[in-house]
Amino acid sequence: MQVEVTVFATLRKYLPDLPVGGSKYIEVDPGATPADLMQILGLPAEEVKIAIRNHVQTELDEIVEDGDRVAFAPAIAGG
Amino acid sequence: MARKLLRINMSDLKATYEDIPKKWAKWGGRGMTSAIVFDEVDPACHPLGPHNKVVIAPGWVTGTPAAPSSGRSSFGGKSPLTGTIKESNAGGLSGQKIAKLGLAAIILEGTPAKDQWHYLVITKDGVEFKDASDLMGKGMYEIDEILWKDHPKTAVIGIGQAGEMKLSNAGISINDPENKPGRYAGRGGLGAVIGARGIKAIVIDDSGGPGVEIANKGLFEKGRKNLTEAIQEHALTKKDGGLNAYGTDVLMNIINEAGGLPTRNFSAGQFEGAAKISGEAIAEVVEKRDGEGMTGHGCHPGCIIQCSNIYPDESGKALVSCLEYETAFSLGSNCGIDDLDTIARMTRECNDLGLDTIEAGNSIAIAMEGGLLEFGDAEGALKLFDEIRNKTPLGRILGQGVEATAKAFGVHRVPTVKGQSMPAYEPRAIKGIGVTYATSPMGADHTSGYTIAPEIAGVSGKLDPLTDEGKADLSLAFQASTAFIDSSGYCLFVAFPILDIQTGFEGMVDSVAGVMGMDLTGDDAIALGKEILKMERLFNERAGFTKEDDRLPEFMRYEKLPPHDVVWSMADEELDKVYAWVHED
Repeated sequence: MQVEVTVFATLRKYLPDLPVGGSKYIEVDPGATPADLMQILGLPAEEVKIAIRNHVQTELDEIVEDGDRVAFAPAIAGG
Repeated sequence: MARKLLRINMSDLKATYEDIPKKWAKWGGRGMTSAIVFDEVDPACHPLGPHNKVVIAPGWVTGTPAAPSSGRSSFGGKSPLTGTIKESNAGGLSGQKIAKLGLAAIILEGTPAKDQWHYLVITKDGVEFKDASDLMGKGMYEIDEILWKDHPKTAVIGIGQAGEMKLSNAGISINDPENKPGRYAGRGGLGAVIGARGIKAIVIDDSGGPGVEIANKGLFEKGRKNLTEAIQEHALTKKDGGLNAYGTDVLMNIINEAGGLPTRNFSAGQFEGAAKISGEAIAEVVEKRDGEGMTGHGCHPGCIIQCSNIYPDESGKALVSCLEYETAFSLGSNCGIDDLDTIARMTRECNDLGLDTIEAGNSIAIAMEGGLLEFGDAEGALKLFDEIRNKTPLGRILGQGVEATAKAFGVHRVPTVKGQSMPAYEPRAIKGIGVTYATSPMGADHTSGYTIAPEIAGVSGKLDPLTDEGKADLSLAFQASTAFIDSSGYCLFVAFPILDIQTGFEGMVDSVAGVMGMDLTGDDAIALGKEILKMERLFNERAGFTKEDDRLPEFMRYEKLPPHDVVWSMADEELDKVYAWVHED
């Protein structure tokens, strides 16, 4: 199945070909989790603070489904 | 030398130095401004009339050697925008210089004879009242430049044309280390209250000043070291971390992803052009144009977070500092504008005219909804600032903020609380921040209780932004701790490392205790914060505010916000719980 993925801020260095605001589709096996996606994308666990699945925060062990969009971000805040 | 108060009366042009009365002796920053306003300003007074005052106070640790990121000054008074008490704080050069002159607060009061304008020069030797005729009608870029010719390396506090016109969206400018007017005590129109005192600018020269007395140097040193380590360790605030590398606009993409980015006058929670106006896009522009632009810029000496930036124009020359998330939202997504260069130019206009960028952008968005121009019309929006500069009736309406603009254009979707428009987080999609908007004594204000930390950023725990449960208590906890941090002189962004790193929190409290000679623990910090909130809420009650004013606008209860298709569903009783303790404790 296919999942759309994107990364923000300091995590962009792990997907240098993605333009700002860009995303890519990756093939994963059914039952995959955000943690699996991180491994495929080469995102170090200690640098990922937030995962958002279909615009809602998700746990890293939640199972994703075909066509989902998952975004990863480091620690962010501000004002 | 004990700290002093400097009282400046513009009716008779007299300045007096006073001992701090015991009742105010423990306060700094927001605690000091709110205590003085609470005691000395009639809550029923007209904000522009003779009985209002502006109080300027550096924080507890501001001006001390090497307390990290602690250069904030608080500005307080009764707000012409909201009619409530107001504290607005900013970085820039003023806080440290006021503190180093040995001053805990400057009180500006009285009104001058008609059409008499002054600028003040405050040094260790006293206050000079100077004729400001040559400065009138000028914007803050020129004012800062002119005043540095005679007073180099000083702090310049000033108002642009908006403050001269006494518009409700007039902010107070403070120069940054490059002497640019990028730092603003923007919210609530206190620039108009300074204008009503006949003051165009205030120069602070701390040469030869006594400096800040530190009661317990050992405790201060221990505290500031622990806090510094926490800031340098936390992923958000460390060098090359999210804030340092991308500035506050690092939030643009993530809040958009979470469906909470106010778009086209709060009609949607996502903007298709968000990436083009994000912190990542700013960093790319800075790198590509390879000129005077930079990220990781400090707004005051001694800041180790350095979340500010200098945005370059197409030729690489510095155009404006700082392009922040709030600005990219208000002048960007909320107006349907995705052109970063035009947003930067509008930000420069705000900084020059002396306008709060949040209220300015939101007012343009209302005018767009009212048919003055189309959403997304970047050039048209930029030209509207000439209306304000030229003092046209349209310019004056826009400069009065969102509510006045909505009335003028017959718009019912008015995203305000207590007269102040909402910042860059949609409360229908992020419920806790909605509680803060509704109940803060300041009107809709994200900084007064930043529940975004656990609701979006995973700082200080993790909570679902879309649920109502527990959000009243959460908001109060954040509002109380924020009132303490706003009094300390530390930048509010120290909140993120100290929420996650216990030694950092203890360090912050120890450093305050060390300067003030107070016996303080973490629990005391919350209690002091609540004491400040209580004064502010009581002021507002006496100004005529009731629990019915602690509500979000009606349209948010029935208009579903995409992409989550949610409305504001919080029970009024939950909102009323937030400040029930004011009359119980």
